[in-house]
Amino acid sequence: MLEVRDMVCGYGGVTALHGISLEVKAGQLVALIGANGAGKSTTLRAISGLVPLRAGSIRFHGQDIGGVRPPRILAAGLAHCPEGRRVFPHMSVEENLDMGAYLRSDRSEVAADRDRIYSEFPRLAERRKQAAGTLSGGEQQMLAIGRALMSRPRLVMFDEPSLGLAPNIVERTFAIIRRIRDSGTTVLLVEQNAFAALDMCDYAFLLESGRIVLSGSGAELIANEHVRKAYLGG
Amino acid sequence: MKLAVSIAAVAALASVPLWLRDPYLLNALITTGIFVIGAMSLNLLLGFTGQLSLGHIAFFGIGAYVSALTSLGFDIGLPGGFRIVHEPWPPLAGFALAVLVAALCGYLVGRLSFRVRGAYFVIVTISFAEVVRLVALNWVELTQGPLALTSIPPMQVGWPGLGEFVFRTKLHNYYLVLGTAALCYLLIARLVDSQFGRAMRALMENETLAVSIGIDVTRTLSIAAMVSAGIAGAAGSLYAHYMKIIDPEVFAFINTVTMVIMVITGGKGSLAGPVVGGLIFGLMPVALRPVMAPEAQWIAYGGILIAILFLMPRGIVPALARHFPRPNPAAPEAFANRDAKESA
Repeated sequence: MLEVRDMVCGYGGVTALHGISLEVKAGQLVALIGANGAGKSTTLRAISGLVPLRAGSIRFHGQDIGGVRPPRILAAGLAHCPEGRRVFPHMSVEENLDMGAYLRSDRSEVAADRDRIYSEFPRLAERRKQAAGTLSGGEQQMLAIGRALMSRPRLVMFDEPSLGLAPNIVERTFAIIRRIRDSGTTVLLVEQNAFAALDMCDYAFLLESGRIVLSGSGAELIANEHVRKAYLGG
Repeated sequence: MKLAVSIAAVAALASVPLWLRDPYLLNALITTGIFVIGAMSLNLLLGFTGQLSLGHIAFFGIGAYVSALTSLGFDIGLPGGFRIVHEPWPPLAGFALAVLVAALCGYLVGRLSFRVRGAYFVIVTISFAEVVRLVALNWVELTQGPLALTSIPPMQVGWPGLGEFVFRTKLHNYYLVLGTAALCYLLIARLVDSQFGRAMRALMENETLAVSIGIDVTRTLSIAAMVSAGIAGAAGSLYAHYMKIIDPEVFAFINTVTMVIMVITGGKGSLAGPVVGGLIFGLMPVALRPVMAPEAQWIAYGGILIAILFLMPRGIVPALARHFPRPNPAAPEAFANRDAKESA
């Protein structure tokens, strides 16, 4: 579904990705793990068109999307849920969800999708008129996920969805991401919490200093000596 | 509630000439009204996209010159022996061209500078205003340079033969400015409330997220700059046809600063903010003049400005609005403060 070949990216004089290749098959939950600064976020940003490619290619559904502008990549069905501040703080929950459907023009379908997300996350329905900035961290994460789904993506990329959340909320977030995969949407997950990511994924890539150094099923990577030492604490 | 307040405000302003007969004060109200339109256009950029145009007077001045030249006509020589001769057109055509040319300039400046935004946009707009001022000053054949364009005809609507109306008196111009300001207010209100307006707000609140939901940053900001510049051009056109004389001084930096003060004190990002701030700082010199020496007037002006910003850092309208219940829930104060700290 998504094929990245020998992708080179950088910022100014710094090269962040030295020719990485990875593949995400339809219906899979694929994890991209690695330390801080390894290039995980850059990978996602490059796939969604926010960082220009210096070399290599990106194909999505057989279509070359290297160098395509971000709105068109999103319209093709590839959504990106960026890390950091997750919501538009001064907009209501409902407005935040509607913003997720910014590129869609089918208003009635959008309303139906919004109701589906409310039934999935009843907490958001209760707070639909509330400013999103007043929600708890966990609720904001639910909202961010809901908003990403509002574009009806075929593949959704999550960047550090567990960052800054309480452990029980992290657990719930991962359960939701698994459910998204189970409902047929392909997921590419970037996570620092390597064990959780490897435990739930169908396939995983390990990124170190801008290079893919290892790939395999989650179980294979968990069993790998290097991964155990460097990322799983022994 | 909001609509009722707006209608009451327009009605109150419309009634002013009925009890205020002093032509000097009416003149002050007209020029203030023209600057309020300019401030509203600046607020569209500063308040709803967060981009500060410190050369906003350029769009105003371009509107003034385009409108004046269209209705006066001109005859200029170009390199290579070409001549362009333009016969005078009705002032209304000048108004339309003023809006179009200013909007085009706004779009181009936005397109050029919004790839980098922030401080770069501020610098590009300052430079743009200065370049336009120098052109107006030195292209004497077209603009008369410091000699000024004079005898600009008053604004006029209608069609020759089918009935015309000429805005000759101060009273006419007062209602012309009030009507235009009300229309611009409505236009901005509609725009801000549209899908496009939500895109602007989203960009200001969180650019990374805005991009992730498919908002084209450069395009959105350029269109906002285009509409903003077009409205400023409309204000400039009204200015030219009311004053009947314009010179390159119209591009003075202080005029931009005045508009920024109007927006910031009134409350950027609130629709009524530039109107309230504009009326206060537009009319204050008039109010202070009879009671103070000229030097003291500017000290008082500065003092009042500082006092307003100290007591109401987010502006007068947002500060007042907090005392009235609002139908749509905004972020509570505690949250807004936290946000301010984060961005500091």
